Amino acid sequence: MSDRDLAPLHSLRDLAAELADGATTPAALLEQSRAALDACAGLNALITRLPAPAAPGASGGHPLWGVPYAHKDLFCTAGVRTTAGSKMLADFVPPYSAHIHERLDAAGAVLVGKANMDEFAMGSSSEHSAFGPVANPHDPSRVAGGSSGGSAALVAARAVRFATASDTGGSIRQPAAFCGVTGIKPTWGRVSRYGMIAYASSLDQAGVIATSAVDCAIALQCIAGHDRRDSTSQALAVPDWLDQLDRFDLQGLRIGLPTPMYGEGIDVEVLEAVAEARRVLEQAGAKVVDVDLPNAGWAIAAYYVIAPCEASSNLARYDGVRFGHRAEGVRNLEELYTRSRTEGFGAEVQRRILIGSFALSAGYYDAYYLKAQRVRRLIAEDFARAFEHCDLLLSPTTPTPAFRIGEKLDDPLAMYAADVNTVAVNLAGLPAMSLPCGYVGRLPVGLQLIGKSWDEGLLLAAAHAYQRRTAWHRVLPESLR
Amino acid sequence: MSASTSWQAVIGLEIHVQLSTVSKIFSGAATAFGAEPNVQACAVDLGLPGTLPVFNGAALDLAIRFGLAVGADIAPVSIFARKNYFYPDLPKGYQISQFEQPIVSGGVIRARLGEQVFGVQLVRAHLEEDAGKSVHDAFHGASGIDLNRAGTPLLEVVTEPVMHSAAEAVACLKALHTLVRWIGVCDGNLQEGSFRCDANVSVRPGADAPLGTRCEIKNLNSFRFIEKAIDYEIERQIRVLENGGVIRQETRLFDPARGETRTMRSKEDAHDYRYFPDPDLPPLIVDPARIEAIRAALPVLPDAVRSELLSLGVNGEHAELIASERELYSAWQALRTALPGEPKLCANWLCGEWLGALNAAELAVSAAPVSPAALAGLLTRIVDGALSGRMAKQAFEAMWTSGESADQVIERLGLKQIEDGDALGGLVDSVLAQYPKQAADYRAGQDKMLQFLVGQVMKASRGQANPAQLNALLRARLGR
Amino acid sequence: MKLTDADVRRVAQLARLAPPDAALPALAAELGRILDLVEVLDTAATDDVIPLRQPGDPILPLRADAVTESDQREALQAVAPQTAGGYYLVPKVIE
Repeated sequence: MSDRDLAPLHSLRDLAAELADGATTPAALLEQSRAALDACAGLNALITRLPAPAAPGASGGHPLWGVPYAHKDLFCTAGVRTTAGSKMLADFVPPYSAHIHERLDAAGAVLVGKANMDEFAMGSSSEHSAFGPVANPHDPSRVAGGSSGGSAALVAARAVRFATASDTGGSIRQPAAFCGVTGIKPTWGRVSRYGMIAYASSLDQAGVIATSAVDCAIALQCIAGHDRRDSTSQALAVPDWLDQLDRFDLQGLRIGLPTPMYGEGIDVEVLEAVAEARRVLEQAGAKVVDVDLPNAGWAIAAYYVIAPCEASSNLARYDGVRFGHRAEGVRNLEELYTRSRTEGFGAEVQRRILIGSFALSAGYYDAYYLKAQRVRRLIAEDFARAFEHCDLLLSPTTPTPAFRIGEKLDDPLAMYAADVNTVAVNLAGLPAMSLPCGYVGRLPVGLQLIGKSWDEGLLLAAAHAYQRRTAWHRVLPESLR
Repeated sequence: MSASTSWQAVIGLEIHVQLSTVSKIFSGAATAFGAEPNVQACAVDLGLPGTLPVFNGAALDLAIRFGLAVGADIAPVSIFARKNYFYPDLPKGYQISQFEQPIVSGGVIRARLGEQVFGVQLVRAHLEEDAGKSVHDAFHGASGIDLNRAGTPLLEVVTEPVMHSAAEAVACLKALHTLVRWIGVCDGNLQEGSFRCDANVSVRPGADAPLGTRCEIKNLNSFRFIEKAIDYEIERQIRVLENGGVIRQETRLFDPARGETRTMRSKEDAHDYRYFPDPDLPPLIVDPARIEAIRAALPVLPDAVRSELLSLGVNGEHAELIASERELYSAWQALRTALPGEPKLCANWLCGEWLGALNAAELAVSAAPVSPAALAGLLTRIVDGALSGRMAKQAFEAMWTSGESADQVIERLGLKQIEDGDALGGLVDSVLAQYPKQAADYRAGQDKMLQFLVGQVMKASRGQANPAQLNALLRARLGR
Repeated sequence: MKLTDADVRRVAQLARLAPPDAALPALAAELGRILDLVEVLDTAATDDVIPLRQPGDPILPLRADAVTESDQREALQAVAPQTAGGYYLVPKVIE
């Protein structure tokens, strides 16, 4: 791989310095972004493109000032259409903004578009969007991953420096892996969910995707922290992650390899890329140890009970009465509800609502939802025990690189099964990242790092240390070389 | 009633008490009654995408205060749960309520029916959000939804099914109504819907028979209607059963025009509410210190007030009256402090003249032109003899219209009771001089003449003669 | 778990969804397979395990009782499909 294949070493810190001394301007950045968005329009990564992105106010010195970015279209943006990838909200223009939007806006970052996604964040490929699938910049015949496919594709296509995203069962990490970019899902409760359209409340978390751990740290620092409007938002101070990242040394870092995440079904090339990454870390002084997560085998089952149950309730508000799609020519209230919802929701969303309604219904609650939450406790305790022997965990993010568009659409269970390495993390509420660690042909391979609760700093620092020694995160899609 | 069956009615009540907070239970929108439609429904109340509930601590405090007042247990950990169903006045498609682990468990309402005191055990009381309202006749072919009320905090109080007549049920409700107003957790305004009752009614052929199928009567908003509805429903169920029919478990509405209950149309079979703990609201942990602070601030409760008054010799009706309204009790306490030796006098005047004048003028206690302190001033003049009972009433009327104190009115109208022996003696002498025949008749044994002569002296004194003194003086002059 | 068409219709009604009749058998089969996937939970040993409802077991924060929202009806009803006189309209509901 030659240097032409790599993006230059240039972080948001470098960009902020250039903006500060006038070497570049927000207008210039916007123009670059506009051209890049035009160039990658074929990926279908955007649902809404802001026709005239607002210039930022006077610089307050924030590192994100003047920087173009995209929101996953799950985050409400006042005055800008927010669809959650669904026909149900195809024309919804919220009069309020998500907390994370207010933070980014206050920092002076410049919103250029709302990124495409699986409808209501339910999916692992961004094919379940009412606005068409998102193509992978590395190979447009393949999926960008989901549900934050649009966010990952835009970053990989270098059309924005970072994008917001959300992760309920892997929706930041898996698309980041498929698109060769870096993504972080923080600890549940680290980022406010106010204004983030809900899928499964106890699993959903907002995060960011960028091209490096440093950039993720800067973007996450901006949006993290307590918000009184979210009763599950933790009132914990947010550490200075950049500082932690700069002072970190891999020497002595204890890395655990969770055995169940190296199970059958993982491609050999993926295992090899991850093994190579492990060697890089060991050479820098990290110590590697095998750990077990004895209850990880239940994770997919627990996830596919808890998430649909919560979703079935969270999506009951979409009834055609106060906002959203309303069916025409209805004769009575029942028809208003039933037709608006059946017309407004896609097949995958309807499937999950049905599963969730069933599992919560009379006679099934104990066996399904309650049982799944007990299993969830066991899984969380497994991680806690593993962390007695190591500081973070390392695994492949996904069993395979990006699959072809349409390949798994007819087999929802195959799609679910591919989430095997990511869902356990959401059940335990832990922070996790995916970063590129190799390629299979043109297709990126992602490495997952999992940290202890509230320890995003260590994750970002370890990821950064790895990225200082490797160049996988700088590999450009062929079309950009 | 059939001669062969001694039916027993079994009644349980569910009362939705709107808590007196200024903002909603899960949002910062206002709860004030009577606003234009949907001006007090914020994004959270409307359930707009991405909005989240944030719990109002005052609702917790009011729930705790209620629980302590009825001697219930306060849960150290309680959970908010989602009750899922579709209805236009329920914006999120679920109501945030409590299912397992409610904030209050147990407790007793002490009710009175005539002379009888009885206790109604409570199962629980839990916090939940109110739904909005619909109007069905303002729009052609459509119903209009107003979500101002959506999110108002409610305490749902559930009794055990231990009442056996409509009268008992109403007595329980009245006691509860008085209590929640007394302790300041609810304004108890039935017309505005602050206090709403559902009754569960069943009958069984004898107190030992298994419970019969029950029907729920909803949306009863006056004590009179509640009594009629329950009475009707009991009769209806007995009639059905005696005719060999079965009672269908259903929800019924009361039609006040016809005095009947009838099935609610378009009500489906039992809802499957799919309760589960709300993932957006972590468990509610109550600090014991918070409970103790609320306990320490609890006012004396109506039951204790009633007992206290009765033990002081105040009559039953007055005791009941004073114990029904916290402001009346405060007024009573002001009088009692000023005249500690005169509980009956205070109660008589408070519940008689004073309350009578308030009711006639349709004024609230707080708006009384004669304050309790001013009334105390008047009663003091009665006790010290400056005013007779009759003159005091005159003085009171004058105080009511002018806002003056008792002494000011006495001064201005010259109402002071005449007790000066010389002055009184002069009046007596002049009357005896005027009516020598009646005086002689009395002296000769016609006792009734005394009344006449007393009346004349009273008239001459413009009602200000001290009656006892006058009587004594007159008899002295007349020789017997 | 095997689901019948009637099961699917019942659950769909709970959720106010109306898949076309022709789609019911396939949907029943698909949902049945998903339930098979999750049924493995039966074999997990969870006696005495406290359910994990929210990671980190947070506790509920309390808010002060104060009115912080003003009348935003116009802005909030701008997204409404049908309103009149400030009310949201739905087909007539008979109680």
